Amino acid sequence: MAHDAPAVTLHGLMAEFDTPTALVHAAERARLEGYREMDAYSPIPVEELSEALGLRRTRLPRLVFAGGILGGLAGYGLEYWSQAIAYPLNIGGRPYHSWPHFIPVTFETTVLGAALAAFIGMWALNRLPQPYHPVFNVPAFARASVDRFFLCIEATDPKFDRHATWKFLESLHPVGVAEVAP
Amino acid sequence: MAPSEHPHDQTTAAGERPWFRAAPPVLGPGHTFESVTEKISAIVMTRRTPVGWFLGFAIAFAFLMLLNVTIGHLLLTGIGIWGNNIPVGWAFDIINFVWWIGIGHAGTLISAILLLFRQQWRTSINRFAEAMTLFAVACAAMFPLLHTGRPWLAAYWLFPYPNTMNLWPQFRSPLIWDVFAVSTYFTVSLLFWYTGLVPDMATLRDRAKSRSAAVIFGVLSLGWRGSARHWQRYEMAYLLLAAISTPLVLSVHSVVSFDFAVSVLPGWHATIFPPYFVAGAIYSGFAMVMTLAVPLRKFYGLEDFITMRHIHNMTKVMLVTGMIVAYGYANEAFFAWYSANPYEQYMMANRMGGPYAVMYWSLIAINAVMIQLFWFRRVRDNVMLLFVLSLFVNVGMWLERFIIIVTSLHRDFLPSSWDMYAPTRWDFAMFTGTIGLFLSLFFLFIRFLPAIAMFEMRTLVEEETHELERPGMV
Repeated sequence: MAHDAPAVTLHGLMAEFDTPTALVHAAERARLEGYREMDAYSPIPVEELSEALGLRRTRLPRLVFAGGILGGLAGYGLEYWSQAIAYPLNIGGRPYHSWPHFIPVTFETTVLGAALAAFIGMWALNRLPQPYHPVFNVPAFARASVDRFFLCIEATDPKFDRHATWKFLESLHPVGVAEVAP
Repeated sequence: MAPSEHPHDQTTAAGERPWFRAAPPVLGPGHTFESVTEKISAIVMTRRTPVGWFLGFAIAFAFLMLLNVTIGHLLLTGIGIWGNNIPVGWAFDIINFVWWIGIGHAGTLISAILLLFRQQWRTSINRFAEAMTLFAVACAAMFPLLHTGRPWLAAYWLFPYPNTMNLWPQFRSPLIWDVFAVSTYFTVSLLFWYTGLVPDMATLRDRAKSRSAAVIFGVLSLGWRGSARHWQRYEMAYLLLAAISTPLVLSVHSVVSFDFAVSVLPGWHATIFPPYFVAGAIYSGFAMVMTLAVPLRKFYGLEDFITMRHIHNMTKVMLVTGMIVAYGYANEAFFAWYSANPYEQYMMANRMGGPYAVMYWSLIAINAVMIQLFWFRRVRDNVMLLFVLSLFVNVGMWLERFIIIVTSLHRDFLPSSWDMYAPTRWDFAMFTGTIGLFLSLFFLFIRFLPAIAMFEMRTLVEEETHELERPGMV
């Protein structure tokens, strides 16, 4: 059915490689060729891919910083409000706002805020959990989590053409090329 | 030299010189992405559970049931079933709390601090060490909670939430700092552990033979597909979590030590406590990692992944941190004398020659004398001996907490309030019960989740072959 359907119904074309270096090389070639809407899939993190695909630096560190600051302010604020305003108690004649005592909890809530921001932020930016994705339609993709490396040029790319792109991917000496059903 | 138990353990043994040998590799030779993944996932994916697993789990589960009975009896009767008294109000609860929390620390050290220091050898032991952290913290948290006697009331004693009585916890107390430190520690460890598991669960999803396994791991892996965009953020998040966990792990046992150091009791009120507690935590934690790693690599044939390099390095970490702990003992004794304070001096004399002197000298024998064995290569090569020694270290660190807590409490400033402390059978039932809980969880973990981080092992394979492959590519 994928044969007679128009190109729009295709998610893209996917080439399979057996080493990370071959994948990086392929991604670089594809970018030079003018492809932009593409993604690479690998069973291990490959640092060079970010550059090869022209990915921007992630915003995550700023999110984590903000999370830490918020956590720290919330922790200290809770302590100040509960000890000095809501429920003031005289503990050995210390001031109600006895800030040195408030530091350990402030530290812990800072860490907690930063860690939650790192965890939630990372999954949210990655748009995961995602129950369905077209790349899983390719049977060979089962090895993407073991020992195979994939480059997928998506049909939304302006330069995408079913035959030309297929030919281009073949020219990269992949293990195989496959159509990705949407 | 003792014969190595595996041919890959000492690749350079043939050309050795008596004074120098190259360190054993972090990964056995000849491994590929596929072989590493297959070996680790096979433990989870196999249909036949080994008989030894059932046997071990049954024993652990029996002790878990003992814990349930103890808690039931405790909640129905009250904490009078324990040996706690006045003046020794803290007793087994806090001894075991500090012991378990300390054990957890090695997991975070391995997963976070060694990651920041780019120590490759952490890779094959970080996953199960992190699991150990979570289970140990879960065991630890039970003690102070049940020590309250009425844990259903502990909610408003411990956690700041707007309750109908308009009461708030007292933030000037180290005990409340402890609540925040331990709950933050558990949460962050859990996030870190789960983040590390996601790509591995995607691997298990793709390799699952049954529909149910594919669905379960599919849900748990959140639809992970190994996209380069995802890996980029993933690696950043992993690094940031490691950077955040590093000060956290140092703070947790420091805060635990504040429970003691902020008080005015002789033997507790000491500035050495935070670093001394942190070192002791890492020391006992590595002992527990050793206790778990030795049988794990043996029964599942993981000698290629948990190599002699790991065993050696863990032993060395135990030696260093053990020596810091021994320095702590010397420092305590010195300052008791140097303070010229009769209460401090009596505390030390009572530790060394009082009714609990046997336990004091036992802990010195283990934590200061016995660990000197780790200096010897012959000892570091003998895995069975290290297993036994690691059990001794676990005992030694438990005794240390016993001595710190009981000797300071049972004879304080007023001789009229002195008393002796002895645990009851319910104290031991509770303690061994938490060991049962810990081991039950650990058995379930190695059966149902990958005990070694597969994607990190693949990265290790890649790094080992990288230089061979690079120049060949055009």
